Order: sequence, then structure tokens, then C-alpha cells
Amino acid sequence: MLTFFENIGRGLRLKITRLGAATRLFFTIISYSSESFKRFNLTIREIYFTGVLSLIIIIVSAFFVGMVLGLQGYYTLQKYGSSEAIGVLVALALVRELGPVVTALLFAGRAGTAITAEIGLMKATEQLSAMEMMAVSPVARIVAPRFWAGIITMPLLASIFSMVGIIGGYVVAVPLIGVDEGAFWSQMQANVDFSYDIVNGFIKSLVFGIACTIIALFEGYDAPPTAEGVSRATTRTVVTSSLAVLGLDFVLTSFMLSV
Amino acid sequence: MDRIKLDAWVGIFVALGLIALMGLAMKVGNLTSNDIKTTYVVTANFENIGGLKPRAPVKSAGVVVGRVDSITFDTKIYEAIVTMSIDERYVFPKDTFANIYTAGLLGEQYIGLEAGGDPENLVAFDKISQTQDAVVLEKLISQFLYNQASKEEEEK
Repeated sequence: MLTFFENIGRGLRLKITRLGAATRLFFTIISYSSESFKRFNLTIREIYFTGVLSLIIIIVSAFFVGMVLGLQGYYTLQKYGSSEAIGVLVALALVRELGPVVTALLFAGRAGTAITAEIGLMKATEQLSAMEMMAVSPVARIVAPRFWAGIITMPLLASIFSMVGIIGGYVVAVPLIGVDEGAFWSQMQANVDFSYDIVNGFIKSLVFGIACTIIALFEGYDAPPTAEGVSRATTRTVVTSSLAVLGLDFVLTSFMLSV
Repeated sequence: MDRIKLDAWVGIFVALGLIALMGLAMKVGNLTSNDIKTTYVVTANFENIGGLKPRAPVKSAGVVVGRVDSITFDTKIYEAIVTMSIDERYVFPKDTFANIYTAGLLGEQYIGLEAGGDPENLVAFDKISQTQDAVVLEKLISQFLYNQASKEEEEK
């Protein structure tokens, strides 16, 4: 019985220690950021890997999410005789909620795992130790550029997601179902506020970008330098990022709606 | 992958992201269609604002001319003070009437301004003195029932 509680305590202590280590890594990254900005082409390379290569999955899934929203929204709204409101529904759902959240989940799966696996393998093959031997800080050279790339990439990806999703909703609602085009856009413009809806969505995606990237980086940096350790760290990246995104989403939404 | 190709792809990506953001702001949001930039503030006291909320539209003849900024409660006169900012392009006479209306039967509430005949116009931080409260449905119903009952009394 005692070992049961011992295990709980040990697990909790381990989690808290890891949280502290992740926070320390975050501040180390911030302190090395100026160095990584001096060599900005490293960050650009990472934007290519995390952003440009994620474009296909983001655009395709956004298009389908938008089309599904269009269909589902029309099905429900036409019961109340207000099928013109479909533009508002699609736009608000995407801009406020689905754009940032789904992008962050896809980002964690597509780019976060890649970051974790890459850094974990670098650690396993002792490339990070080799850098330290050469007096090159691995945080400045490897970790910080990926961090800033993630922060720059995520809001852009979320914006693209929302826009493509709205186009998807438009394709379903206007040419396929036959909702009036003018009503679709004018209702959307009347009800979507720039400073409330779009900026809030942007802030969300920025926060999710920070959370997803720091989790992926920390899991990779902290992974046991074995094949098994790296594979476990990659799994943990997806699980932790997804939970963090959904949890943060609730907190941010409750903050934004209370204003 | 060489440097120029990499830069080009990242450039395309960033441009796409910015275009999407611009598209959201211009085409989806109301950054262009509703550009009330320079405004002046006027206040009005109401005994009952019903369900009026900050950022509710201020309309005149159905046209949105401003927005409600804030709603506070004055403990000296026990009335609600509604502060609204009105587009500078629109001027209203000093004896403008402010009503709280409901859009549709159960829609959102907004302030309707009805211009009076005063030659002088409202300026910033003026107070609209003539106001009409929101219609509270429960009050209306109870009044109706009370009237019915008193009528029946008379008939007896």
C-alpha cells in the first residue's frame, strides 16, 4: 500500500521537476534569442520545415473543415429559416475557435513531432554534446531558431486555415446549396468584428504556437538518448501539446468572453 | 536545398499568411465596412436599459451611426448612464430623443436616435435629456392583465 502512494508521489515530483526544467529551458531560449536573431537564416530554415511543409495538410484539412461546417450549419439553420446566417456561423466558428485549435493540433502532429524526433536523435547521437565541446551553445544554435520559427509560423498557419476554411464553406453554401452570395458575405461582415473576433483568434494562435513549440523542444531536449526514449518523447509531444492546446483554449476563451 | 530557394519558399509562405490575415480583416471582418474612426461621446440617462449591452449599435433611421461605449449605474439618481460614441460625420440637434428599441421580437437591443428641431447641435460630452426606457415584456404583460381585470370589475 505504501509503495502505491510512493509511486504517486514520485510521479508527481517527476512531473513538477520536468515543468521546472521546461520553464528553465524557456528562459534559456529567451536569453539566447538575440544570438539566434543575428543568424536569422537558421530561423528561416526552420520556418521552411515547420511552416512551408505544413501548408499542404493545413490547406486541405481547412478546406474540408469549412465544407463540413457549411453542410452541417446549413442543415441546422434551414430548420429555423435563417440559412443566410451560414456565413456568420462558418466565419465565427473558424476565426474564433477551429482555426487556431485545429491548426495547433495539426501543427503538434506535423511539426512538433518532427522537432522532438530531430532534437532527440541529435542528443542520442551526441551531436549536442559535440556542440558543447566546441563551445557552441546547442540552445542558441538548435533550440532557439526552432522556437522562434514556431512562434512566427503558427499565427500565419492559423490565418491561412481560417481563410481557406471560409472559402470551403463558401463553396458548399453558395454554388452547391444556393444560399444568396450577397447575404453570405454581408451577414459575415456585419457580425465578425476585427478587434474582437479576429484579433482574439490571432492571440490564441500565438499562445498555442508558444505552447506547442516549447513542449516539442523540451521533450526532444529532455529525451533519454535511446531509440525507445526518442519514440516515447515523440508520443508525449503529441499528447501533451494536444492537452495543453485544449486546456489553454478554454482558459483563453473564458478570458476573452468575460471582457 | 540552397539558400535562395529556401528564402523564396519561406517568402511565399509568409506572404500567404499575411494575405490570409488581410483577407480575414477586409473580407470577413468589418474593418472596412464599418470604419467609425473619429467619434464624439454623448451620454444619456435611462431608468431601465433592459438588455442593452456595451458595443450595441446606436442607430438613426435604421443606419448605424455609433456604438454604446459603456453602461454605468449612478447611485445618486439610481439611473443607468449610457455612454455612446457617435460618428463625427453625423450631427444631431440638442433635443434629440434617445430610445431603447429591440431588433425583432427577441433580438438584440439598440439605441435609436430621433432628431428633434433644435438649431443647436449636440457636441462632445453632452447629455441627451429626452430618453425612453427599454420596453420590459413582463411589465407590459402585467399592465395588460391588470387593465383586463379592472375592466371586468367595472362591468360588474
